[in-house]
Amino acid sequence: MAQVPASWFLMLSAALFALGVAGFLFRRNIITVFMSIELMLNAVNLSFVAFAYQHKGPGGVDGHLYAFFVMVVAAAEAAVGLAIILTVFKNRGTLNIDEVDSMKN
Amino acid sequence: MDLILFLIFAAIALVCAVNVVVQTHPISSAVSLIGVMGSLAILYLLLGAEFLAAAQVIVYAGAVMVLFVFVIMLLNAGKESSKGQSFTVQLLGVPVLIALLGLLAFFARQMAPPEAMVHFGGFRGGTPRAVGHALFTTFLLPFEATSVLILIAIIGAVVLARKEMD
Repeated sequence: MAQVPASWFLMLSAALFALGVAGFLFRRNIITVFMSIELMLNAVNLSFVAFAYQHKGPGGVDGHLYAFFVMVVAAAEAAVGLAIILTVFKNRGTLNIDEVDSMKN
Repeated sequence: MDLILFLIFAAIALVCAVNVVVQTHPISSAVSLIGVMGSLAILYLLLGAEFLAAAQVIVYAGAVMVLFVFVIMLLNAGKESSKGQSFTVQLLGVPVLIALLGLLAFFARQMAPPEAMVHFGGFRGGTPRAVGHALFTTFLLPFEATSVLILIAIIGAVVLARKEMD
């Protein structure tokens, strides 16, 4: 049975993280920016689980729990972040982050 | 078999992740992100994280993405305009990102011993039983702190999304 090198999972995680950074930096729509953050969190979770596989044995489930806590924090962050987006849209009438710059001047 | 499964779902995850970044309409990005999360759940199963795979589908692909899609629909978010892009970003963006990816991949190779191989069933410790046991013994304090965090998040979301802002 063909096996997969563990480093490939980390490579995939790195690629997903880099794509998340790209989306975070290049996109204008505040919702897409927020989705890029979720993409980065997912990439980090994948590397947590891959490392947990490498250090299997007693306590090998710790990596899963870190990933689980990341998931919980991401859910809380999504709730608060989307509420903030709603408020920004209500007050500004735009979702473009370049137009939300009142702290600049 | 394991290799084929990994390659298929890694390819789906990568293509969907690229789609998240390049699509101009937020709803297309959201659907692609669900694709990324679903294929990551399969990869978690391959790594023996059964509980996490289920939680990934339920929490991320279910709850979080429904929230995203709901907000996109509520705000009637359309295509984003591409005008006013910074020249520096256009010039430096892609090279810098490739450098970041190269750096991350280099560290990934350093961290993973080359002989470490993954095969399905190689790690069976990720069952709900094992995760629950660790969660309520070793990680009890973080677990309780998390419940407070969730409470704060709920209150914060309700306060922020109220109809009248004082």
